[in-house]
Amino acid sequence: MTLSDNPIGASYIYLLEPEIRFLEAAVEHLIPTDELGPGARDAGVVVYIDRTLASTWGVHGRQYRGGPWLAGTPQQGYQSRFTPQEVYRIAIREINQHCKAGFDRPFAQLAGDRQLHLIEQLEKDEIAMPSLSSKFFFDLLWRNTEEGYFADPLYGGNRDKVGWKLLGFPGVPSGQYRHLVTSHEPYFAEPVSVLDIQTGKVAVDAEGFPKHVIIKRNGNGER
Amino acid sequence: MSVTKLKSVDVVVVGSGVVGSIMSMELASAGMSVVCLERGKQFDINTDFQKPNVYDELKFDRHSDIFQNLARDTITFRNNDSQTALPMREMGAFKPGEMVGGTAAHWGGNARRFLPHDFEMRSRIAERYGQSFIPGDCNLQDWGVTWDEIEPYYDQFEEIFGVGGKAGNLDGEIQAGGNPHEGPRSREYPNPPTRRTHEGALFAEAVSSLGYVPFQGPTAAMTQDYRNLYRVQMLECARGGFCSSHVCAQGAKANPLTSVLPALTRLPNFELRPLCNVLRVNTDSTGMKATGVTYIDARGNEVEQPADIVILGAYCFSNTRLLLLSGIGTPYDPLTGKGVVGRNYSYQQGGSVHVFFDDREFNPFIGGGQVNTSIDEFNGDLIDRGPLGFIGGAYVNTSTSGATPIKGKRVPPGTPRWGGEWKKAVAQYYRRNMTISIHASCLSYQHNYLDLDPTYKDAYGLPLLRMTFDWNDNELRMMKYLNERCIEIGRALNGSRLGGTNKGTHFGITGYQSTHNVGGAVMGTDPSTSAVNKYLQSWDVSNLFVVGGSAFPQNPANGPTETIGMLACWAADAIKDYVRNPVSLV
Ligand SMILES: Cc1cc2nc3c(=O)[nH]c(=O)nc-3n(C[C@H](O)[C@H](O)[C@H](O)COP(=O)(O)OP(=O)(O)OC[C@H]3O[C@@H](n4cnc5c(N)ncnc54)[C@H](O)[C@@H]3O)c2cc1C
Repeated sequence: MTLSDNPIGASYIYLLEPEIRFLEAAVEHLIPTDELGPGARDAGVVVYIDRTLASTWGVHGRQYRGGPWLAGTPQQGYQSRFTPQEVYRIAIREINQHCKAGFDRPFAQLAGDRQLHLIEQLEKDEIAMPSLSSKFFFDLLWRNTEEGYFADPLYGGNRDKVGWKLLGFPGVPSGQYRHLVTSHEPYFAEPVSVLDIQTGKVAVDAEGFPKHVIIKRNGNGER
Repeated sequence: MSVTKLKSVDVVVVGSGVVGSIMSMELASAGMSVVCLERGKQFDINTDFQKPNVYDELKFDRHSDIFQNLARDTITFRNNDSQTALPMREMGAFKPGEMVGGTAAHWGGNARRFLPHDFEMRSRIAERYGQSFIPGDCNLQDWGVTWDEIEPYYDQFEEIFGVGGKAGNLDGEIQAGGNPHEGPRSREYPNPPTRRTHEGALFAEAVSSLGYVPFQGPTAAMTQDYRNLYRVQMLECARGGFCSSHVCAQGAKANPLTSVLPALTRLPNFELRPLCNVLRVNTDSTGMKATGVTYIDARGNEVEQPADIVILGAYCFSNTRLLLLSGIGTPYDPLTGKGVVGRNYSYQQGGSVHVFFDDREFNPFIGGGQVNTSIDEFNGDLIDRGPLGFIGGAYVNTSTSGATPIKGKRVPPGTPRWGGEWKKAVAQYYRRNMTISIHASCLSYQHNYLDLDPTYKDAYGLPLLRMTFDWNDNELRMMKYLNERCIEIGRALNGSRLGGTNKGTHFGITGYQSTHNVGGAVMGTDPSTSAVNKYLQSWDVSNLFVVGGSAFPQNPANGPTETIGMLACWAADAIKDYVRNPVSLV
C-alpha cells in the first residue's frame, strides 16, 4: 500500500487506508494538538492502534471466545462476538457509510466541527450502526488512543515521548529514586523510554538504570 | 485417551503461588516428597524480568502473559440469580496470575495482618451489639482460630516475606510510631518501616490534626537488603515504581520467585512441574480419602499423580472449582442455604478521595513497594458501630505507588473524558494530586456465592466457575461513612479541589479493583457452614487441605496475602502433625 499522505513515515500491518484516514482524524479530536504539544495523530497513535490490533490482543488471543454471545449488562463487560480487529474493521466501515449517507463524504473528509459532533454522538451511542453499538466502539477507540499516547514508544505511539513530556513523567526510573523518595522537591528529567535503551540511545549503569538528564526550571517553575 | 499413572509421592501441591511455594517448602524441608503442579509457565527471575523491559506499563498492566489465560478458562459472572452469568472475556476487576510464582509474582506487596477482631467477628459483633445487629441475609462467621494460636505463624510468614514496618503493639504494649490498633505482636517486624514521602508527610499532618494516629503501613518490598528465613537474599527496593501488576526487576518485592523458590528448587525431594493443569482431585471408593490428582501435562497427556496428601493452593477460584469438579463436599445451594462449597464468596470494598493542588507538585512516579502512610481508626470495631449502623471497616492510607501514565492520571471532577480540556487537566494535575484510599471489608451473604456454570465450558470441556455477586446495603452504608471521613481528611490537606472514585452500587467485572477474591471453601468449626476445619483440612476428605483466600469466611479490610501466607505456614505445621497420626485434626 502506498499512503497518499504519510508525514510521519508510518508503516501499517493491519489497517487499511480508509481506516487509517478515519483514525487519524478521530484520534486527533480525542487528544488534539495544542499549545501543550502534539496531539494523538502526530504522536503516532494510529500506528499504535495498528500494532495493537495485529497483536495477540487484537485477535483476543488470551480472552475467552466461546459462545453463546449475549448482550449482558454493563457490569458484565466485553461481550461482543467480535475481536478488536473485527470491531475496528466493521465499525469504521459503518460509520463511514453513515457519513456518506448523511453528508456525502467519509468521516475523514468532513469539516472538523462535524467530525467532533459525530464523535460525541458515537460516545453517547446515538449513531445507529447495523452491526454493533457506537458507544462500544467509541470506548474501545478511546482506550486504545490513551494507551497509544502514553505507552512506551516501543509500541509505535507516544512518538518522541510527547505523552510523557505532557505529564512530566520521566519514563524508565533512575537508580537515584531511592534517595529521592522522601524529597519534597519536584523532580524533572528528560524522559527515557525502553525503546531508547533498547536502541542504545540512552546508556544504563551497572544496575541497569538509565542516567537521567535533569531538566532545570526557572524561578516561575516553568521549563 | 490413555492415562499415565505415576509413582506415588507423599504430597502433591496444586499451584505454585504463596500457598503452594511455602507449603511445598515447609513439607519438603520436613523430609516429605513433594510434587508441585502449576498450570503456568516457568520463568527465570534472573533473566526474564530484566531492566528496562519490566518498565513497560502497557505490557504488564494490560496484556501480560503472566495473567491467567482466559482463552482456556475464565469465570462467568452475574450480579444476582435473576441474570444469566456471562463469561469474563477479558481481564478486568481482578488479575489472577498463572506462572510459576502465581498471582503473587505481580502482587502489590501490601502486607498487613488482620486484626484479632477479624477472626472472631461474629462472636464479637453479637456480643457487643446483639445478634439482631447482623443483617439477616449475612453469613457472618468466626474462623475457628484465635489470635494467640495464629500469631506465631504471622511472625513466620513475615520472616519469609521480609515484611518491613514498625510495631505498634508489642505483647500488649503500645509503641510510638507504629499502628496502635494492630493485634499484639510477639516481636518487631524483620525489616524497618518505609520512609515517608511528601504525600505521606502531608497526610500524616492532616490526619493528626483530626486526632488519628498515622503510621507507615507494612510492606513486603524490602526496606533494606535482607536474607530471609529460607536463607534467600533480597535487595532493597529502588522505588522505581512499576510495582503492582509488574514483576520486580530489582527482586525487591517478596514473592514466591524471590523468597521461596530459590531455596525450594534446591531440595532433592521436591519437584516442580509447570504447564500442568489439574482437572480434579481423585478419591477412593469411600469418597473420604484423596488418592491424588489428575492433570493434563504440557504435551496434552492425561496424567494421574497419586499422593498421600493433596493440597490445593490454586487461588480462591480454582480451589473452589476443583472441589466442585471433584465432587468433594456438598455444593452450596443459595435457595436452601445448605451446602458449603462455593458458600461465602466475598470481595473487597473500597474507594478513594483525590486531592488536587495548584500550589504543590509531587513526584508520583518515585515510589512503589507500598510506601504508604496509613491510619487504622476506622478498621475493625474500634469506633462504636451501633449508631453508624454497619459492620466492618477499612484502613485508610495515601500510597505513593509509582503513578504510570496510562492508568495513573487523575483529573478533577467535571473534567471531560477526552479532548483539549482533558489534555490540559492531565498536564496540570498528573503531578499535582494525591489520593486517600479506602481499603474496606466486605461481609458474606447468602446470595453471593460460587458454583459451576450450566452453559460455558473451558478448553477441556469442563464447566466454568460461576460467580454471583453484588454489593450489599451494609457495605454501601459503610462506604458512605468512610467516604465522608476521607473527605474531611481531604479538606484538612488544603488542596484546591477534591474528587473521588467509588465502586458504584453494583459490582462490575470491568476496571481493575483488586485481586482480593475470597471464600468458597471457608474454614470454621461447623461442617454445615464451612468446607474445611480450622487447620484447612477438608471435613469430608481428611487427607485434603484447601488453603488460601478461599478459606476466609468474609473479607476483612487489610489485604489478604499476609493472612494467606500465615495460613500456609499454619496448615503446613498441622500437616506435620497429621502425618504422625493421619486422622481428622479436630
Ligand atoms: C495486581 C495485584 C496486586 C496485588 N496486591 C496485593 C497487595 O498489595 N496486598 C495483598 O495482600 N494482596 C495483593 N494481591 C493479591 C495476591 O496476589 C494474592 O492474594 C496471592 O497471590 C494469593 O496467593 P495464592 O497462593 O493463594 O494464589 P496464587 O498466587 O494465585 O497462586 C495460585 C497458582 O495456582 C495456579 N493454578 C490455578 N489453578 C490451577 C490448576 N487447575 N492446575 C494447576 N495450577 C493451577 C495458578 O496458575 C497460580 O500460579 C494482588 C494481586 C494482584 C493481581
